[in-house]
Amino acid sequence: MGIIEKEVVIRHKTGLHARPAAVFVQVANKYDSKITIIKETQEVNGKSIMGLLMLAAEHGTRVTIIAEGKDARAAVEELAGILLAEGGADFDDKEEPHETE
Amino acid sequence: MQRAGLILTTKKNPMRQNRHRTSKKQLQLKGVPAAPGIVIGRVHVFGTEELMPPKRNIAAEEIPAEIERFKKGLAETKKEIIEIEETISREMGVEHGRIFSAHLLVLEDVVLVEEVIARLKKKKRNVESIFAEVLNKYIDVLSDAKDEYLRERVSDITDVGKRILRNLMGGRRDSGLEDLSEKAIVVAYDLSPSDTAMMHKGRVLGFATDIGGRTSHTAIMAKSLEIPAVVGLENVTDVVENGDRVILDGMHGVVIVNPTKRFIEKYEKEKKRYESIEKELVELKLLPSETLDGEKVVLAGNIELPEDVASVLSHGAEGIGLYRTEYFFMNRRDLPSEEEQFNAYKSVATRIKPYYVIVRTLDLGGDKFLSQLDVPREMNPFMGWRAIRFCLARPDIFKTQLRAILRASAFGNLKLMYPMISGVEEFRQANAVVEEVKTDLKKQGIPFNENIPIGAMIEVPSAALTSDVLAKEAAFFSIGTNDLIQYSLAVDRVNEKIAYLYEPTHPAVLNLIKLIIDNGHRENISVGLCGEMAGDISLVMILLGLGLDEFSTSPIAVPEVKKIVRSVTRAQAKDIAEKVLGMQTGKQVQQFARAKLKELVPDVAGEWSEG
Repeated sequence: MGIIEKEVVIRHKTGLHARPAAVFVQVANKYDSKITIIKETQEVNGKSIMGLLMLAAEHGTRVTIIAEGKDARAAVEELAGILLAEGGADFDDKEEPHETE
Repeated sequence: MQRAGLILTTKKNPMRQNRHRTSKKQLQLKGVPAAPGIVIGRVHVFGTEELMPPKRNIAAEEIPAEIERFKKGLAETKKEIIEIEETISREMGVEHGRIFSAHLLVLEDVVLVEEVIARLKKKKRNVESIFAEVLNKYIDVLSDAKDEYLRERVSDITDVGKRILRNLMGGRRDSGLEDLSEKAIVVAYDLSPSDTAMMHKGRVLGFATDIGGRTSHTAIMAKSLEIPAVVGLENVTDVVENGDRVILDGMHGVVIVNPTKRFIEKYEKEKKRYESIEKELVELKLLPSETLDGEKVVLAGNIELPEDVASVLSHGAEGIGLYRTEYFFMNRRDLPSEEEQFNAYKSVATRIKPYYVIVRTLDLGGDKFLSQLDVPREMNPFMGWRAIRFCLARPDIFKTQLRAILRASAFGNLKLMYPMISGVEEFRQANAVVEEVKTDLKKQGIPFNENIPIGAMIEVPSAALTSDVLAKEAAFFSIGTNDLIQYSLAVDRVNEKIAYLYEPTHPAVLNLIKLIIDNGHRENISVGLCGEMAGDISLVMILLGLGLDEFSTSPIAVPEVKKIVRSVTRAQAKDIAEKVLGMQTGKQVQQFARAKLKELVPDVAGEWSEG
């Protein structure tokens, strides 16, 4: 059992709502690990579309993905990838993600 | 026009709205025309009452059974949604079906389900009331969200919520649209795609909603189901009650509540006229669009969405003179991909074959903005950073679109047109970008039509006045009168105070049109017109007389234009145009044109005028 944590700045142009949120939840549910997303003081279940919508995390928001379980590492990698994909033309910032494992 | 359609502007929670009683005075509401046709009938308010289910306390021993009932309800709903998804995907295309995948996510949401169960255990109440309570909590938060995309999710959640509650309450579907007991006009705050899809065609005469735009799924489905509809009426649910009589005019986006006898008679007449035109259309469709002396004129349709092709063909148009591509870019956050655009262009090109389609490159700015770009606000947007100017400044966006268009050109008769060209230099610059894209495609071995015709939209007076130069390099012209009129008369077409000055018949406008046509013909290129003016029945003869080769109008206007074209000889039309060019004011021209129409095509002229 491992706990993997990664902080990312959402680069997807539409933030974590609409389509990316649906994709995120679908992917999160493939993994056995417990997935949590933290934005500032708000903490939601990463396998819940309602939770993600409530987070209202826009493009440029810093969030932490935490996975707990056997497949935690793979889960965090794939989920971070969704948030870092730009999903559209590039308009501005190029902030790099950094790990806080 | 700015069609703010898909945005939920009201903070009203659709699950909790109240209706007010109103007087029985006639009231006229204006919304967005979503599907054509006129219907007169009684209102069936599509209720949301079921979402406030009765509360009932339960004993502790009943809790497990109640949870079991909840899970069963969810499972039934899931089955239902999957069935609908399959039906809709099969009948209306995968993109419509896909909406329901989002519904499944809500249904299977762990947090939602756990929260309902936890509350149920704590509060010891029937699961319906608990479920509605939890769902309403989410809806309230989302309804207040700043982000329009989050607010839009409210209708998805409401849709699933209703379905689950219906199943929990014993699968009763008493307010379901599938089995209306009598014919009615359905009025709702919003209709979910599943509501719309399940409408019993014979019983739902038409529908009217508070929210929604021309491109909302509801509107698109109404069109393919051929149910007259008006959306975006803002407050129609507040002003009508079950049983009220209403007139719904899906062509003009008008709903008249409690109409007077006079209005009913007027609309019954108009309805008959529309229906007889629809019938005549079938016959007219097969007849060639040529003048009495056999001179051929191309009648084409303007479209905004691939779905509109059906209407173009059913109205007997022979081609698409203007395919507006802005809708890809509006009401969304991300930019449309090359693949998404390619699929749409290809679908249009294949379906309209052997006729042509003129794809106009992105015409954003003015009154149409990209939702995802922070384009600076301008004092004078119509004259600002827009259309081809914007595209030349943003080759990333422009090239993606050009690649998609060029790739689609391998599948049909596709032409390319730039909007808002102001002179030959701009035309050459845009062509240079096309050449770059062509080179890339060739390198990659991707097929496209190397000789794709590239034309210019003539809508800026400077382009009209130098159309002799442009005609040497463009493969065709298409006159965009909406802008040409506002630029040459200096009349902002969105400012109502000066609307009286917006005169298509102004001698200045007619002379510019004549100049463009003459210059085009001197270089043997075709000249079309794709503004509102092409569908203005009183002006068809004038344009014909000026020598116009192609009229491109909204598909529903095509039969009438064809009828007029078939009623005159080119010589008669020329004579009319000559007389008109000698006149001093737009009013004179208008009166003359109307009189001529009455004389030559009396049954089209009719007494019908809007409003």
